[in-house]
Order: sequence, then C-alpha cells, then structure tokens
Amino acid sequence: MAAVSHRKATDDPLWAKVLVVGTVMAFLALVLILPLIAVFAEALRKGLGVALEAIQNTDALAAIKLTLITAAISVPFNAAFGLCAAWAIAKHEFPGKPLLITLIDLPFSVSPVVAGLIYVLIFGLQGWFGEYLVDNDIKIIFAVPGIVLATVFVTFPFVARELIPLMQEQGTSEEEAAVSMGAGGLYTFWRVTAPNVRWGLMYGVLLCNARAMGEFGAVSVVSGHIRGLTNTMPLHVEILYNEYDFVGAFAVAALLCLLAVVTLVLKTAVEAAQPGMRGRSGH
Amino acid sequence: MTISIRSVEKKFGRYPALNKVDLEIKDGELLALLGPSGSGKTTLLRTIAGLEFPDAGQVLFDGQDVTFASAADRRVGFVFQQYALFKHMTVAKNIAFGLDVRKGKDKPSKAEIARRVDDLLKLVELDGLGKRYPSQLSGGQRQRVALSRALAVQPSVLLLDEPFGALDATVRKSLRKELRRVHDATGVTTIFVTHDQEEALELADRVAILNKGQIEQIGTPDQVHDTPETAFVCGFVGEANSFEGQVGGGQFTAGSLRLPAGGVREGSATAYVRPHDFVLDDGGFEVRIERAHVQGALTTVNAVAQDGRPIEISASRAEAARFQGTVKIAARKAHVYAA
Repeated sequence: MAAVSHRKATDDPLWAKVLVVGTVMAFLALVLILPLIAVFAEALRKGLGVALEAIQNTDALAAIKLTLITAAISVPFNAAFGLCAAWAIAKHEFPGKPLLITLIDLPFSVSPVVAGLIYVLIFGLQGWFGEYLVDNDIKIIFAVPGIVLATVFVTFPFVARELIPLMQEQGTSEEEAAVSMGAGGLYTFWRVTAPNVRWGLMYGVLLCNARAMGEFGAVSVVSGHIRGLTNTMPLHVEILYNEYDFVGAFAVAALLCLLAVVTLVLKTAVEAAQPGMRGRSGH
Repeated sequence: MTISIRSVEKKFGRYPALNKVDLEIKDGELLALLGPSGSGKTTLLRTIAGLEFPDAGQVLFDGQDVTFASAADRRVGFVFQQYALFKHMTVAKNIAFGLDVRKGKDKPSKAEIARRVDDLLKLVELDGLGKRYPSQLSGGQRQRVALSRALAVQPSVLLLDEPFGALDATVRKSLRKELRRVHDATGVTTIFVTHDQEEALELADRVAILNKGQIEQIGTPDQVHDTPETAFVCGFVGEANSFEGQVGGGQFTAGSLRLPAGGVREGSATAYVRPHDFVLDDGGFEVRIERAHVQGALTTVNAVAQDGRPIEISASRAEAARFQGTVKIAARKAHVYAA
C-alpha cells in the first residue's frame, strides 16, 4: 500500500530506470573515470617521488609558469570582455546585435587549429604584418604574445555565453529603477547589474580558466614548441609522451587533471552558494 | 505638480503605441490609466517617467518642458509590477538607494537617511523589517518596499505600473487601500496603470481610459461608468450586455428587444445595458429565465430572449423569487452607439 501511494504518473518501470541509469553510468565510467584513473596510475607507476621529480624538472616548471601566465592574462581579459558584451547584448538594443551574438559563438564553431593558423597568417613571417614585426623586432608568433592571443580567442565565449541568458532573464527593470532614482550609468552597473550576475560571472571565469590552461590545438600552432620558452603544460605533455617519457608525461597530465577537479569542486561550491542560480526566476 | 501631455506619439517599429495623446493631470490627484493590454497605457506612464521618449509631442511638468529630460532629472518615483527590488540589498538599503546615490551637499547625512528610511517603513507598516532581504518578504511586503523606495526621493510625481498585478486578490485589496492612504498622507500627484476596471474605479480620483494608443474618455469613476462617451468605454468599464441592432425612429431594435435611442444616427448600432439596469416591467419584452443565482446581497439572473439572445440581469436578493419561468423586462437605461 505504502509503495503504491508514492507512484507518480510519470514514473517509468524499474527495468527502464535501471537500463537508462546503468547505461549512463557505464558510459561515464568508460570515457571519464577510467581515463582519469589511468592518468594517475601511469603517473605514479614508479612511485610518487619520480612523479614529483618529473614536475620539478626545469622544462616542466617553465611550462607550468607559462600556462599560469597565459591564464592570468587571458582570463581577466575575457571576463571584462564577456561582461561588456553580455551587458550590451542583454540590456540594450542596437543595430548589428545578431551579428555580435554570432561572432561571440565563432570560437566554439571554429576548429582550434584554424584559430591558431589565423594568427600565423596575420603575424607570422609570411603574414600580413610579418615584415613590419621583424623590422621592429616584435615577436608574436612562436612567442608568449601569440600563445596568449590564441588562448584569448579560444576562450572568449565562456563568460559572455554564461552571462547573456542570465542578464536577459533579469530584464532591465532594476536598472530602470536605479536610473529613475538618479543613479548614473556606471553607478547602476556596479551597484545593481554586476552584483546580480556575480555568481554567473564566477562560473564563467572558472570554465574560461579551465579551458585557458588546457587549450592544446590553437596554442600548438602558434607556440613553436620551444622547450623552456614557449611550451605550455598540454604541449609539454605531448613532447614528453612522444619521447617515451611516460611517467613525466602523465605526471604533468595528472597536474592538469587536478586542476580540472579543483575547477569542478569550485563550480559546485559556487552553485551551492547561490541555490537555483540556473533558471532562477527574477523577483 | 501638474503634468501636461500634448499630442504625444510613440511608435515601436511600425506599431503605434501612442497616437496623439493629450492629457492634463492636476496637482495632487490620483489618476488611473485604464485599458486592455496593448492599449498604450504603460508606454504613456513610462513616457511621463522619462523611461521612454516620445517621437512627437511634449511632456510638461508644472509648465516646464521635460520631454527629453532624463528620469533622474524629473524626480519621479516609479513602482514596477515585478517590484524590481535590488535583490542583494537589504530592505533599508533598497529604500535608501535614491538618497545614497546623491553627491555632495545634496546627500543627507547617514543619520538623516536612517531616519527617513524608518519613517517610510512606518508609513507602509513594515517597521522592523529593514534588515531583511527582499527574498525573505511576501509579494505584498515587497511591493510596499518598492512603494517606499519610490517615495524616499520625495518625488514630484509617483508613477505605478500595474502595481498590484502580481499579487493575489486579498493582498491586492488591502494594498489598494494602502496606496490611497499613502497618497492622501503625502499629497503627491500619483498616476497608476491598471487593466482592472474595479481597481481603477475604486481607487482613482479620475480615470483615463485608453484604447489602441488613444484616450477614449477621461473623467471621475462615476462619469466613465454612468455616462460612457464611446462604445469601447461602455463595454470596458463595468459589466454590460451588448446587442447589435438597428436604430430607426428614435428606437433601437434587436430582435424582440426595444430600447430608447434618442439622438443616435439611424442605421446599424450597438446598444449596451448594464445588468442592474434591467428591471421587471409588464410593458417590456419577454425573456425566459434559465437560472437565478443568489450571491450575497445580489441576485444574478441568466435569461434568454425570444430570439435566443443571452441576457444577464442583476437584481436584489429579495427579488430572486420573482425571476422564474417567463417574465417581462425593460431597460431603465441604455447606451446606444451608432456603428
């Protein structure tokens, strides 16, 4: 009797639930959890000491440093750009708005290799500005600026994409209320608009950061793979792997995985701090 | 503060929201803008507030042209249907916003702001709730906060956009009284938008009825209810039976129904009769009673004329027994408009 009373019209039979949930779990285990375990297992195959040593190698340290620098430049840049773009798109009407929305999505639809090649074409030796750059001794391709540019390109949709629906859903009446009480544009933005999207912004920044540190394709094209100079962590992993230094490769890879885990934990914390952040109804 | 709207026009794309609207609002009056959705009433309110700017025409505050002045410069208090409270600020911070924003010598001292916030919370009967966040309040309480926030800047005019639209019926009724009380206490010129005719008639000193971007009639609640100038107003304000028929020889005819129609152009016309204007009358026309239903002090009668036309009649509770079988009725009063 008691069991019957809990049944709902939309409940599926037990076998169907087991099948669906089981399939999803098996799939996740195969493509996500198993590789994750493999990465850590390979890294620790010769013991923790060897793995730690591989990370403390000068080239590895240089790669870690470069990755951190790249993220430290591109993430704040994209956070600012994403906030501006989302604010313009969600709160204002202007000609060319659909075009701007499409452009923001471009990095998601373009292969990262193409993204890298674009910069080689523009700033490379044979590129549009190649001669000028050589004459003035400015290095962009095969140097840190190129890596940062490619990373910015690939990661710029994350913050904007996260904020646009959130801001659109919140509408403009709070801003109108602020303006009608005498608040200026900037004051309204900092006191009313920004606090309303802070959790969404944080979430977008986390995703952006994870991708900025993990980007391989675009960075690979522009980096030149100079050890200790233009190698980021993902590129360093590839080099070590190709040289059969499996422990070294997997140790650096494990570090990248740890970063992903930290990102996930932070993301969950952000969502917990703001219950119903997604699909929240504005009141 | 008197407000004059002079042939204001506003288009959204090709859709005309306001079509040459003229309106004079008296100092200290409580005016309702009443109309169906899409009639332009909210656009008109937002134009007065400075949240929209007209394509043509003028808005004057006390004779001063403010057509293109910003909302801030007009010193208006605006209350939104969905409250638009700042979610991350306490109630007190919300109310103080318009004062905190000020700079230099215009900005009251902290103590002065705190005192004003307390006074306003008392005015809307929310004392002690200043430290709460909007999410911890009920809908009615939130709208009271929105009202006191709008009043905090001592606005020259208070504008409310469907202020009770998102609230349930009981809260809506008590907030209506509240708004009237606050208006009488502060004396501030107040304009509110509503699509609820009952709300407009109960609350306002005068009602402006809008339809398709134009003002159909403006007058006291009694005027618009008892002497509607257009067919639209008659149909929109108050309950009314409507009949399509012909006018000839000073009389309106629709099937077996006959109504006096002096002064109306001959030809096809529409007649409106309020349910309470139908009375039992042996000289009238015959209807069959389908159902007489007593509700409180009134009897609502559903009748059918000989040609099958449904008619709604409102009578006193005591008369319920007389509406049975087939009876003869006549209209005490009818509003007939040439088509």
